[in-house]
Amino acid sequence: MNRPAVIERGAMTTVIALTLVFGLFFVLPFAGLVERAIEDGNTFDLWRTEQVRDALFLSFWTSTLSVALAILFGTPVAYVLARSRFRGKALIDALVDLPIVLPPTVAGVALLTAFGRRGLIGQPLDNWTGLTLGFSTTAVVMAQTLVSAPFYVRAAKGGIEAIDPQLERVAYTLGASRVRTFFRVVAPQARPSLIAGIILSWSRAMGELGATLIFAGNLQGKTQTMPLAIIQAFEGSSLGLSGAVALSLILLIVALVALVIFRALAGRAAPPI
Amino acid sequence: MVAVPTRSLLTVLAALVAIGSLAASCAGSDAKATPAASSDATPILQGEITVFAASSLTDAFSEIGKTFMAANPKTRVNFNFASSSALATQINEGGPADVFAAADSTSMKSVTDKGNAAEPKTFATNLPVVVVPKTGSPVQAFADLAKPGVKLILAAPGVPIGNYARTVLTNASAANGGISPDFSAKVLANLKSNEANVRAVLTKIQTGEADAGIVYSTDAATVPNDVKTIAIPAQYNIIATYPIAPIKSTKHVDIATAFVQFVLGPAGQQILGKSGFQPAP
Repeated sequence: MNRPAVIERGAMTTVIALTLVFGLFFVLPFAGLVERAIEDGNTFDLWRTEQVRDALFLSFWTSTLSVALAILFGTPVAYVLARSRFRGKALIDALVDLPIVLPPTVAGVALLTAFGRRGLIGQPLDNWTGLTLGFSTTAVVMAQTLVSAPFYVRAAKGGIEAIDPQLERVAYTLGASRVRTFFRVVAPQARPSLIAGIILSWSRAMGELGATLIFAGNLQGKTQTMPLAIIQAFEGSSLGLSGAVALSLILLIVALVALVIFRALAGRAAPPI
Repeated sequence: MVAVPTRSLLTVLAALVAIGSLAASCAGSDAKATPAASSDATPILQGEITVFAASSLTDAFSEIGKTFMAANPKTRVNFNFASSSALATQINEGGPADVFAAADSTSMKSVTDKGNAAEPKTFATNLPVVVVPKTGSPVQAFADLAKPGVKLILAAPGVPIGNYARTVLTNASAANGGISPDFSAKVLANLKSNEANVRAVLTKIQTGEADAGIVYSTDAATVPNDVKTIAIPAQYNIIATYPIAPIKSTKHVDIATAFVQFVLGPAGQQILGKSGFQPAP
Protein backbone atom coordinates (compact mmCIF):
# COMPACT_ATOMS: atom_id res chain seq x y z
CA MET A 1 0.00 0.00 0.00
CA ASN A 2 1.48 3.28 -0.99
CA ARG A 3 -1.40 5.68 -0.74
CA PRO A 4 -0.68 9.32 -0.06
CA ALA A 5 -0.21 9.96 3.66
CA VAL A 6 -2.98 12.58 3.67
CA ILE A 7 -5.62 10.02 2.71
CA GLU A 8 -4.28 7.59 5.29
CA ARG A 9 -4.52 10.26 7.96
CA GLY A 10 -8.05 11.19 6.84
CA ALA A 11 -9.12 7.58 7.09
CA MET A 12 -7.59 7.29 10.56
CA THR A 13 -9.41 10.43 11.76
CA THR A 14 -12.72 9.09 10.42
CA VAL A 15 -12.21 5.79 12.19
CA ILE A 16 -11.39 7.51 15.47
CA ALA A 17 -14.37 9.86 15.17
CA LEU A 18 -16.76 7.00 14.43
CA THR A 19 -15.35 5.00 17.34
CA LEU A 20 -15.81 7.93 19.70
CA VAL A 21 -19.43 8.51 18.69
CA PHE A 22 -20.20 4.80 18.97
CA GLY A 23 -18.37 4.57 22.30
CA LEU A 24 -20.29 7.55 23.72
CA PHE A 25 -23.56 6.01 22.59
CA PHE A 26 -22.79 2.92 24.66
CA VAL A 27 -21.37 4.68 27.70
CA LEU A 28 -23.87 7.54 28.10
CA PRO A 29 -26.92 5.44 29.04
CA PHE A 30 -24.98 3.83 31.88
CA ALA A 31 -23.70 7.24 32.95
CA GLY A 32 -27.33 8.38 32.97
CA LEU A 33 -28.28 5.49 35.27
CA VAL A 34 -25.51 6.25 37.74
CA GLU A 35 -26.19 9.98 37.64
CA ARG A 36 -29.90 9.45 38.35
CA ALA A 37 -29.16 7.00 41.17
CA ILE A 38 -26.88 9.56 42.84
CA GLU A 39 -29.48 12.28 42.35
CA ASP A 40 -32.24 10.13 43.87
CA GLY A 41 -30.00 9.14 46.77
CA ASN A 42 -32.27 6.27 47.92
CA THR A 43 -30.76 3.48 45.83
CA PHE A 44 -29.31 1.63 48.82
CA ASP A 45 -32.64 1.74 50.66
CA LEU A 46 -34.38 0.35 47.59
CA TRP A 47 -31.81 -2.43 47.31
CA ARG A 48 -32.71 -3.58 50.80
CA THR A 49 -36.43 -3.98 50.06
CA GLU A 50 -37.98 -7.42 50.11
CA GLN A 51 -39.18 -7.08 46.53
CA VAL A 52 -35.65 -6.53 45.24
CA ARG A 53 -34.25 -9.37 47.34
CA ASP A 54 -36.92 -11.79 46.10
CA ALA A 55 -36.47 -10.76 42.47
CA LEU A 56 -32.68 -11.00 42.58
CA PHE A 57 -32.73 -14.39 44.30
CA LEU A 58 -35.32 -15.74 41.86
CA SER A 59 -33.42 -14.41 38.83
CA PHE A 60 -30.18 -15.93 40.06
CA TRP A 61 -31.38 -19.44 40.66
CA THR A 62 -33.74 -19.69 37.68
CA SER A 63 -31.03 -18.44 35.30
CA THR A 64 -28.50 -20.85 36.77
CA LEU A 65 -30.97 -23.72 36.44
CA SER A 66 -31.72 -22.69 32.84
CA VAL A 67 -28.03 -22.76 32.00
CA ALA A 68 -27.63 -26.14 33.72
CA LEU A 69 -30.45 -27.46 31.53
CA ALA A 70 -28.80 -25.93 28.48
CA ILE A 71 -25.51 -27.67 29.31
CA LEU A 72 -27.20 -31.01 30.06
CA PHE A 73 -29.33 -31.13 26.93
CA GLY A 74 -27.41 -28.74 24.71
CA THR A 75 -23.93 -30.22 24.86
CA PRO A 76 -24.87 -33.51 23.17
CA VAL A 77 -26.86 -31.57 20.56
CA ALA A 78 -23.88 -29.30 19.93
CA TYR A 79 -21.56 -32.31 19.62
CA VAL A 80 -23.82 -34.09 17.16
CA LEU A 81 -24.31 -30.95 15.08
CA ALA A 82 -20.56 -30.31 15.03
CA ARG A 83 -19.36 -33.82 14.31
CA SER A 84 -21.91 -35.76 12.30
CA ARG A 85 -23.61 -35.46 8.97
CA PHE A 86 -27.15 -36.64 8.44
CA ARG A 87 -30.25 -35.76 6.51
CA GLY A 88 -32.16 -32.87 8.03
CA LYS A 89 -29.15 -31.55 9.89
CA ALA A 90 -29.59 -28.11 8.33
CA LEU A 91 -33.16 -28.05 9.61
CA ILE A 92 -32.11 -28.90 13.18
CA ASP A 93 -29.34 -26.31 12.92
CA ALA A 94 -31.89 -23.69 11.92
CA LEU A 95 -34.34 -24.73 14.66
CA VAL A 96 -31.63 -24.37 17.30
CA ASP A 97 -30.76 -20.91 16.01
CA LEU A 98 -34.37 -19.77 15.68
CA PRO A 99 -34.86 -18.46 19.25
CA ILE A 100 -31.71 -16.33 18.83
CA VAL A 101 -33.25 -14.28 16.05
CA LEU A 102 -36.81 -14.53 17.33
CA PRO A 103 -38.18 -11.73 19.54
CA PRO A 104 -38.69 -13.17 23.06
CA THR A 105 -42.30 -12.01 23.04
CA VAL A 106 -42.91 -14.42 20.17
CA ALA A 107 -41.32 -17.17 22.27
CA GLY A 108 -43.73 -16.23 25.08
CA VAL A 109 -46.79 -16.42 22.85
CA ALA A 110 -45.50 -19.70 21.42
CA LEU A 111 -45.00 -21.16 24.90
CA LEU A 112 -48.50 -20.07 25.84
CA THR A 113 -50.06 -21.75 22.81
CA ALA A 114 -48.17 -24.97 23.55
CA PHE A 115 -48.03 -25.19 27.34
CA GLY A 116 -50.77 -22.73 28.39
CA ARG A 117 -53.92 -23.97 30.04
CA ARG A 118 -55.66 -24.24 26.65
CA GLY A 119 -52.49 -25.05 24.75
CA LEU A 120 -51.49 -27.98 22.61
CA ILE A 121 -49.87 -29.85 25.53
CA GLY A 122 -51.17 -27.68 28.34
CA GLN A 123 -54.83 -28.60 27.91
CA PRO A 124 -54.42 -32.41 28.03
CA LEU A 125 -51.95 -31.96 30.89
CA ASP A 126 -54.51 -29.92 32.82
CA ASN A 127 -57.32 -32.38 32.02
CA TRP A 128 -55.39 -35.48 33.04
CA THR A 129 -53.28 -34.29 35.93
CA GLY A 130 -54.75 -30.95 36.95
CA LEU A 131 -51.25 -29.55 36.51
CA THR A 132 -50.94 -26.06 35.02
CA LEU A 133 -47.60 -24.54 34.09
CA GLY A 134 -48.64 -20.91 33.64
CA PHE A 135 -47.88 -18.53 36.54
CA SER A 136 -45.36 -20.99 38.03
CA THR A 137 -41.62 -20.77 38.57
CA THR A 138 -41.36 -23.75 36.19
CA ALA A 139 -42.78 -21.47 33.51
CA VAL A 140 -40.04 -18.93 34.25
CA VAL A 141 -37.34 -21.56 33.77
CA MET A 142 -39.01 -22.81 30.57
CA ALA A 143 -39.13 -19.29 29.12
CA GLN A 144 -35.50 -18.62 30.06
CA THR A 145 -34.28 -21.95 28.71
CA LEU A 146 -36.08 -21.50 25.40
CA VAL A 147 -34.56 -18.10 24.72
CA SER A 148 -31.12 -18.64 26.27
CA ALA A 149 -30.07 -22.25 25.57
CA PRO A 150 -29.50 -21.65 21.83
CA PHE A 151 -26.69 -19.23 22.70
CA TYR A 152 -24.90 -22.01 24.55
CA VAL A 153 -25.51 -24.65 21.86
CA ARG A 154 -24.28 -22.32 19.14
CA ALA A 155 -21.10 -21.42 21.01
CA ALA A 156 -20.42 -25.03 22.01
CA LYS A 157 -20.95 -26.23 18.46
CA GLY A 158 -18.53 -23.63 17.12
CA GLY A 159 -15.94 -24.61 19.72
CA ILE A 160 -16.19 -28.31 18.98
CA GLU A 161 -16.05 -27.75 15.22
CA ALA A 162 -12.77 -25.88 15.65
CA ILE A 163 -11.06 -28.88 17.28
CA ASP A 164 -9.03 -31.10 14.98
CA PRO A 165 -10.97 -34.41 14.70
CA GLN A 166 -7.59 -36.17 14.52
CA LEU A 167 -7.20 -35.58 18.26
CA GLU A 168 -10.34 -37.57 18.97
CA ARG A 169 -9.25 -40.33 16.60
CA VAL A 170 -5.94 -40.58 18.40
CA ALA A 171 -7.77 -40.91 21.71
CA TYR A 172 -9.91 -43.71 20.30
CA THR A 173 -6.88 -45.59 18.96
CA LEU A 174 -5.38 -45.30 22.42
CA GLY A 175 -8.46 -47.11 23.73
CA ALA A 176 -10.40 -44.22 25.21
CA SER A 177 -14.19 -44.50 25.12
CA ARG A 178 -16.32 -41.87 23.38
CA VAL A 179 -17.48 -40.45 26.71
CA ARG A 180 -13.95 -40.38 28.13
CA THR A 181 -12.71 -38.76 24.93
CA PHE A 182 -15.35 -36.08 25.19
CA PHE A 183 -14.47 -35.19 28.78
CA ARG A 184 -10.67 -35.54 28.44
CA VAL A 185 -10.08 -34.23 24.92
CA VAL A 186 -13.05 -32.36 23.45
CA ALA A 187 -14.30 -30.48 26.51
CA PRO A 188 -10.87 -29.12 27.61
CA GLN A 189 -10.10 -28.07 24.02
CA ALA A 190 -13.47 -26.37 23.62
CA ARG A 191 -13.36 -24.83 27.09
CA PRO A 192 -13.20 -21.15 26.04
CA SER A 193 -16.17 -21.62 23.71
CA LEU A 194 -18.17 -23.56 26.28
CA ILE A 195 -17.56 -20.86 28.87
CA ALA A 196 -18.41 -18.11 26.41
CA GLY A 197 -21.64 -19.98 25.70
CA ILE A 198 -22.37 -20.20 29.41
CA ILE A 199 -21.79 -16.46 29.87
CA LEU A 200 -24.01 -15.60 26.95
CA SER A 201 -26.87 -17.90 27.87
CA TRP A 202 -26.75 -17.04 31.58
CA SER A 203 -26.84 -13.30 30.83
CA ARG A 204 -29.62 -13.82 28.35
CA ALA A 205 -31.60 -15.79 30.94
CA MET A 206 -31.00 -13.09 33.58
CA GLY A 207 -32.34 -10.50 31.17
CA GLU A 208 -35.32 -12.48 29.91
CA LEU A 209 -38.46 -10.37 30.02
CA GLY A 210 -40.90 -10.80 27.16
CA ALA A 211 -41.44 -14.54 27.23
CA THR A 212 -41.61 -14.61 31.03
CA LEU A 213 -44.14 -11.78 31.20
CA ILE A 214 -46.42 -13.49 28.70
CA PHE A 215 -46.06 -17.10 29.80
CA ALA A 216 -45.23 -16.95 33.50
CA GLY A 217 -46.90 -13.74 34.64
CA ASN A 218 -45.56 -11.42 37.29
CA LEU A 219 -45.77 -12.26 41.00
CA GLN A 220 -43.22 -11.33 43.62
CA GLY A 221 -41.20 -14.29 44.90
CA LYS A 222 -42.68 -16.67 42.36
CA THR A 223 -42.34 -15.39 38.81
CA GLN A 224 -41.13 -11.82 39.26
CA THR A 225 -37.54 -11.85 38.05
CA MET A 226 -35.38 -8.72 38.02
CA PRO A 227 -36.42 -7.46 34.56
CA LEU A 228 -40.09 -7.89 35.52
CA ALA A 229 -39.47 -6.02 38.76
CA ILE A 230 -37.90 -3.20 36.74
CA ILE A 231 -40.94 -2.99 34.48
CA GLN A 232 -43.27 -3.03 37.45
CA ALA A 233 -41.28 -0.34 39.24
CA PHE A 234 -41.43 1.77 36.10
CA GLU A 235 -45.17 1.23 35.66
CA GLY A 236 -46.17 1.51 39.30
CA SER A 237 -46.27 4.95 40.83
CA SER A 238 -45.00 3.87 44.28
CA LEU A 239 -41.38 3.05 43.36
CA GLY A 240 -41.46 4.83 40.05
CA LEU A 241 -38.41 5.66 38.03
CA SER A 242 -36.02 5.70 41.00
CA GLY A 243 -37.05 2.12 41.72
CA ALA A 244 -36.43 1.14 38.12
CA VAL A 245 -33.04 2.89 38.25
CA ALA A 246 -32.01 1.15 41.49
CA LEU A 247 -32.96 -2.26 40.09
CA SER A 248 -31.27 -1.61 36.76
CA LEU A 249 -28.04 -0.66 38.55
CA ILE A 250 -28.04 -4.02 40.35
CA LEU A 251 -28.39 -5.89 37.07
CA LEU A 252 -25.65 -3.76 35.53
CA ILE A 253 -23.28 -4.59 38.39
CA VAL A 254 -24.23 -8.28 38.32
CA ALA A 255 -23.62 -8.38 34.58
CA LEU A 256 -20.20 -6.75 34.93
CA VAL A 257 -19.17 -9.08 37.77
CA ALA A 258 -20.37 -12.14 35.86
CA LEU A 259 -18.44 -11.05 32.81
CA VAL A 260 -15.22 -10.56 34.79
CA ILE A 261 -15.55 -13.88 36.64
CA PHE A 262 -16.33 -15.90 33.55
CA ARG A 263 -13.57 -14.24 31.53
CA ALA A 264 -11.12 -15.07 34.30
CA LEU A 265 -12.40 -18.66 34.34
CA ALA A 266 -12.02 -18.95 30.60
CA GLY A 267 -8.31 -18.29 31.09
CA ARG A 268 -8.02 -16.46 27.85
CA ALA A 269 -10.23 -14.28 25.75
CA ALA A 270 -13.27 -16.06 24.44
CA PRO A 271 -13.20 -16.80 20.74
CA PRO A 272 -15.60 -14.97 18.47
CA ILE A 273 -18.94 -16.66 18.10
CA MET B 1 -12.83 -10.90 13.16
CA VAL B 2 -14.36 -12.80 10.31
CA ALA B 3 -13.97 -11.13 6.95
CA VAL B 4 -17.34 -10.70 5.30
CA PRO B 5 -17.39 -9.90 1.61
CA THR B 6 -18.76 -6.39 1.27
CA ARG B 7 -21.11 -7.20 -1.55
CA SER B 8 -22.93 -10.00 0.26
CA LEU B 9 -23.20 -7.80 3.33
CA LEU B 10 -24.81 -5.10 1.19
CA THR B 11 -27.20 -7.64 -0.32
CA VAL B 12 -28.29 -8.71 3.16
CA LEU B 13 -28.79 -5.10 4.22
CA ALA B 14 -30.75 -4.33 1.09
CA ALA B 15 -32.95 -7.36 1.68
CA LEU B 16 -33.58 -6.32 5.28
CA VAL B 17 -34.50 -2.80 4.20
CA ALA B 18 -36.85 -4.21 1.57
CA ILE B 19 -38.55 -6.48 4.11
CA GLY B 20 -38.85 -3.62 6.57
CA SER B 21 -40.40 -1.21 4.11
CA LEU B 22 -42.75 -3.88 2.84
CA ALA B 23 -43.94 -4.58 6.37
CA ALA B 24 -44.28 -0.87 7.05
CA SER B 25 -46.35 -0.28 3.92
CA CYS B 26 -48.63 -3.17 4.82
CA ALA B 27 -49.09 -1.87 8.34
CA GLY B 28 -49.65 1.67 7.18
CA SER B 29 -52.21 0.95 4.50
CA ASP B 30 -55.24 1.25 6.75
CA ALA B 31 -53.92 4.17 8.75
CA LYS B 32 -54.90 6.82 6.25
CA ALA B 33 -58.10 8.54 7.22
CA THR B 34 -60.45 9.65 4.52
CA PRO B 35 -60.32 13.42 4.32
CA ALA B 36 -63.58 15.22 4.82
CA ALA B 37 -64.39 18.73 3.80
CA SER B 38 -64.01 21.19 6.62
CA SER B 39 -66.20 24.20 6.05
CA ASP B 40 -65.69 26.14 9.28
CA ALA B 41 -64.25 29.58 9.21
CA THR B 42 -61.91 28.73 12.10
CA PRO B 43 -58.21 28.67 11.17
CA ILE B 44 -57.23 25.34 9.64
CA LEU B 45 -55.36 23.10 12.06
CA GLN B 46 -52.19 21.64 10.65
CA GLY B 47 -49.64 19.32 12.20
CA GLU B 48 -49.16 16.15 14.17
CA ILE B 49 -49.84 15.42 17.83
CA THR B 50 -49.25 12.43 20.07
CA VAL B 51 -51.85 11.47 22.63
CA PHE B 52 -50.74 9.38 25.62
CA ALA B 53 -53.84 7.46 26.65
CA ALA B 54 -54.74 4.77 29.19
CA SER B 55 -54.89 1.19 27.85
CA SER B 56 -58.62 1.00 28.56
CA LEU B 57 -59.17 3.82 26.02
CA THR B 58 -57.52 1.87 23.17
CA ASP B 59 -60.64 1.24 21.11
CA ALA B 60 -62.61 4.41 21.84
CA PHE B 61 -59.65 6.76 21.32
CA SER B 62 -58.52 5.05 18.11
CA GLU B 63 -61.95 5.80 16.69
CA ILE B 64 -62.02 9.34 18.12
CA GLY B 65 -58.62 9.90 16.48
CA LYS B 66 -59.90 8.80 13.08
CA THR B 67 -63.00 10.99 13.37
CA PHE B 68 -60.91 13.96 14.50
CA MET B 69 -58.52 13.54 11.57
CA ALA B 70 -61.45 13.25 9.17
CA ALA B 71 -62.78 16.56 10.47
CA ASN B 72 -59.30 18.13 10.40
CA PRO B 73 -57.62 16.60 7.36
CA LYS B 74 -54.35 18.50 7.81
CA THR B 75 -53.77 16.96 11.23
CA ARG B 76 -52.46 13.64 12.32
CA VAL B 77 -53.12 12.12 15.77
CA ASN B 78 -50.81 9.38 17.02
CA PHE B 79 -51.50 7.34 20.13
CA ASN B 80 -49.34 5.79 22.79
CA PHE B 81 -51.47 3.39 24.86
CA ALA B 82 -50.11 2.02 28.12
CA SER B 83 -50.99 1.99 31.80
CA SER B 84 -51.67 5.53 33.03
CA SER B 85 -48.92 5.26 35.64
CA ALA B 86 -46.32 4.30 33.03
CA LEU B 87 -47.49 7.15 30.78
CA ALA B 88 -47.27 9.62 33.67
CA THR B 89 -43.68 8.53 34.33
CA GLN B 90 -42.84 8.90 30.65
CA ILE B 91 -44.40 12.38 30.44
CA ASN B 92 -42.56 13.54 33.57
CA GLU B 93 -39.34 12.26 31.98
CA GLY B 94 -39.98 14.39 28.92
CA GLY B 95 -41.88 11.89 26.79
CA PRO B 96 -43.18 13.49 23.58
CA ALA B 97 -46.83 13.81 24.60
CA ASP B 98 -49.19 16.58 23.51
CA VAL B 99 -52.26 15.32 25.35
CA PHE B 100 -52.60 13.00 28.35
CA ALA B 101 -55.77 11.00 28.95
CA ALA B 102 -55.52 8.99 32.19
CA ALA B 103 -57.68 6.35 33.81
CA ASP B 104 -57.33 7.83 37.28
CA SER B 105 -56.76 11.13 38.99
CA THR B 106 -53.58 9.85 40.74
CA SER B 107 -51.65 9.49 37.47
CA MET B 108 -52.92 12.84 36.21
CA LYS B 109 -52.01 14.45 39.54
CA SER B 110 -48.41 13.26 39.30
CA VAL B 111 -48.21 15.06 35.94
CA THR B 112 -49.94 18.27 37.08
CA ASP B 113 -47.87 18.31 40.31
CA LYS B 114 -44.72 18.47 38.21
CA GLY B 115 -46.23 21.35 36.25
CA ASN B 116 -46.43 19.38 33.01
CA ALA B 117 -50.17 19.85 32.61
CA ALA B 118 -52.89 22.00 34.17
CA GLU B 119 -56.64 22.01 34.68
CA PRO B 120 -57.50 18.45 33.71
CA LYS B 121 -61.14 17.83 32.83
CA THR B 122 -63.07 14.62 33.49
CA PHE B 123 -64.32 13.27 30.17
CA ALA B 124 -65.69 9.84 31.11
CA THR B 125 -66.31 7.41 33.91
CA ASN B 126 -66.08 3.65 34.00
CA LEU B 127 -66.91 0.76 36.30
CA PRO B 128 -64.58 -2.05 37.40
CA VAL B 129 -66.05 -5.54 36.87
CA VAL B 130 -64.93 -9.13 37.42
CA VAL B 131 -64.25 -11.07 34.22
CA VAL B 132 -64.00 -14.83 33.93
CA PRO B 133 -63.47 -17.15 30.95
CA LYS B 134 -66.75 -18.00 29.20
CA THR B 135 -66.66 -21.58 30.47
CA GLY B 136 -65.11 -23.55 33.28
CA SER B 137 -64.29 -20.85 35.80
CA PRO B 138 -64.84 -21.66 39.49
CA VAL B 139 -65.79 -18.01 39.90
CA GLN B 140 -69.46 -17.34 39.16
CA ALA B 141 -70.18 -14.60 41.71
CA PHE B 142 -68.14 -11.78 43.25
CA ALA B 143 -67.79 -13.62 46.59
CA ASP B 144 -66.29 -16.66 44.76
CA LEU B 145 -63.04 -14.71 44.31
CA ALA B 146 -62.12 -15.83 47.84
CA LYS B 147 -62.55 -19.57 47.06
CA PRO B 148 -59.26 -21.41 47.62
CA GLY B 149 -57.49 -22.41 44.41
CA VAL B 150 -58.92 -19.68 42.18
CA LYS B 151 -56.30 -18.38 39.75
CA LEU B 152 -56.77 -14.64 40.06
CA ILE B 153 -54.87 -11.99 38.14
CA LEU B 154 -54.96 -8.25 38.66
CA ALA B 155 -53.17 -5.27 37.24
CA ALA B 156 -50.13 -4.36 39.34
CA PRO B 157 -50.46 -1.92 42.24
CA GLY B 158 -49.85 1.55 40.85
CA VAL B 159 -51.71 0.81 37.64
CA PRO B 160 -55.13 2.52 38.05
CA ILE B 161 -57.27 -0.61 37.63
CA GLY B 162 -54.86 -2.47 39.94
CA ASN B 163 -55.41 0.17 42.62
CA TYR B 164 -59.18 0.23 42.05
CA ALA B 165 -59.36 -3.56 42.32
CA ARG B 166 -57.56 -3.50 45.66
CA THR B 167 -59.81 -0.69 46.91
CA VAL B 168 -62.86 -2.77 45.96
CA LEU B 169 -61.47 -5.76 47.90
CA THR B 170 -60.81 -3.54 50.92
CA ASN B 171 -64.35 -2.15 50.71
CA ALA B 172 -65.71 -5.70 50.64
CA SER B 173 -63.75 -6.50 53.82
CA ALA B 174 -65.24 -3.60 55.79
CA ALA B 175 -66.33 -4.45 59.33
CA ASN B 176 -69.96 -3.55 58.75
CA GLY B 177 -71.61 -4.46 55.47
CA GLY B 178 -68.57 -6.27 54.05
CA ILE B 179 -68.50 -9.89 52.92
CA SER B 180 -66.05 -10.86 55.65
CA PRO B 181 -63.14 -9.11 57.38
CA ASP B 182 -60.59 -11.43 55.78
CA PHE B 183 -62.15 -11.31 52.29
CA SER B 184 -59.39 -9.17 50.80
CA ALA B 185 -56.63 -11.31 52.33
CA LYS B 186 -58.24 -14.50 51.03
CA VAL B 187 -58.69 -13.08 47.52
CA LEU B 188 -55.15 -11.74 47.35
CA ALA B 189 -53.84 -15.16 48.44
CA ASN B 190 -55.26 -16.38 45.09
CA LEU B 191 -53.33 -13.74 43.13
CA LYS B 192 -51.16 -15.33 40.45
CA SER B 193 -49.85 -12.35 38.56
CA ASN B 194 -49.60 -8.55 38.62
CA GLU B 195 -50.07 -7.52 35.01
CA ALA B 196 -48.71 -4.35 33.45
CA ASN B 197 -52.03 -2.96 32.26
CA VAL B 198 -55.72 -3.70 31.99
CA ARG B 199 -55.51 -5.25 28.52
CA ALA B 200 -52.90 -7.76 29.67
CA VAL B 201 -55.31 -8.89 32.41
CA LEU B 202 -58.10 -9.25 29.86
CA THR B 203 -55.94 -11.28 27.47
CA LYS B 204 -55.01 -13.77 30.20
CA ILE B 205 -58.72 -14.30 30.94
CA GLN B 206 -59.57 -14.55 27.23
CA THR B 207 -56.94 -17.24 26.75
CA GLY B 208 -58.23 -19.10 29.81
CA GLU B 209 -54.85 -18.92 31.55
CA ALA B 210 -56.49 -17.52 34.69
CA ASP B 211 -59.90 -18.01 36.31
CA ALA B 212 -60.77 -14.43 37.13
CA GLY B 213 -59.56 -10.87 36.82
CA ILE B 214 -60.76 -7.33 37.45
CA VAL B 215 -60.96 -4.97 34.47
CA TYR B 216 -63.18 -2.07 33.38
CA SER B 217 -66.65 -2.90 32.06
CA THR B 218 -65.66 -1.27 28.75
CA ASP B 219 -62.71 -3.67 28.32
CA ALA B 220 -64.90 -6.66 29.11
CA ALA B 221 -67.40 -5.45 26.48
CA THR B 222 -64.77 -5.65 23.71
CA VAL B 223 -64.62 -9.47 23.89
CA PRO B 224 -68.16 -10.60 24.75
CA ASN B 225 -67.62 -13.98 23.08
CA ASP B 226 -64.61 -14.93 25.19
CA VAL B 227 -65.34 -13.63 28.66
CA LYS B 228 -68.24 -13.44 31.06
CA THR B 229 -68.74 -10.31 33.12
CA ILE B 230 -69.70 -10.45 36.80
CA ALA B 231 -70.81 -7.15 38.32
CA ILE B 232 -69.15 -5.98 41.51
CA PRO B 233 -71.83 -5.16 44.11
CA ALA B 234 -72.39 -1.39 43.98
CA GLN B 235 -71.80 -0.90 47.70
CA TYR B 236 -68.16 -2.09 47.32
CA ASN B 237 -67.46 -0.67 43.87
CA ILE B 238 -65.87 2.62 42.96
CA ILE B 239 -66.38 4.78 39.89
CA ALA B 240 -63.25 5.32 37.81
CA THR B 241 -62.96 8.87 36.47
CA TYR B 242 -60.91 9.68 33.37
CA PRO B 243 -59.20 13.08 33.27
CA ILE B 244 -57.72 14.65 30.12
CA ALA B 245 -55.40 17.66 29.68
CA PRO B 246 -53.05 19.14 27.08
CA ILE B 247 -49.37 18.84 28.00
CA LYS B 248 -47.57 22.12 28.72
CA SER B 249 -44.60 21.45 26.45
CA THR B 250 -46.72 20.79 23.35
CA LYS B 251 -45.65 22.53 20.16
CA HIS B 252 -49.21 22.32 18.85
CA VAL B 253 -51.33 23.97 21.54
CA ASP B 254 -54.09 24.58 18.99
CA ILE B 255 -54.42 20.94 17.92
CA ALA B 256 -53.95 19.60 21.46
CA THR B 257 -56.69 21.92 22.76
CA ALA B 258 -58.93 21.10 19.82
CA PHE B 259 -58.48 17.39 20.47
CA VAL B 260 -59.38 17.78 24.16
CA GLN B 261 -62.47 19.80 23.16
CA PHE B 262 -63.35 17.12 20.62
CA VAL B 263 -63.21 14.38 23.28
CA LEU B 264 -65.38 16.46 25.63
CA GLY B 265 -67.75 17.47 22.82
CA PRO B 266 -70.74 15.57 21.39
CA ALA B 267 -68.77 13.54 18.77
CA GLY B 268 -66.19 12.30 21.29
CA GLN B 269 -68.80 11.61 23.96
CA GLN B 270 -70.90 9.64 21.48
CA ILE B 271 -67.95 7.36 20.57
CA LEU B 272 -67.05 6.91 24.24
CA GLY B 273 -70.69 6.08 25.02
CA LYS B 274 -70.72 3.51 22.23
CA SER B 275 -67.70 1.82 23.87
CA GLY B 276 -69.61 1.64 27.15
CA PHE B 277 -68.10 4.61 28.99
CA GLN B 278 -70.42 6.68 31.16
CA PRO B 279 -70.45 10.41 30.47
CA ALA B 280 -68.61 12.82 32.74
CA PRO B 281 -70.67 13.70 35.83
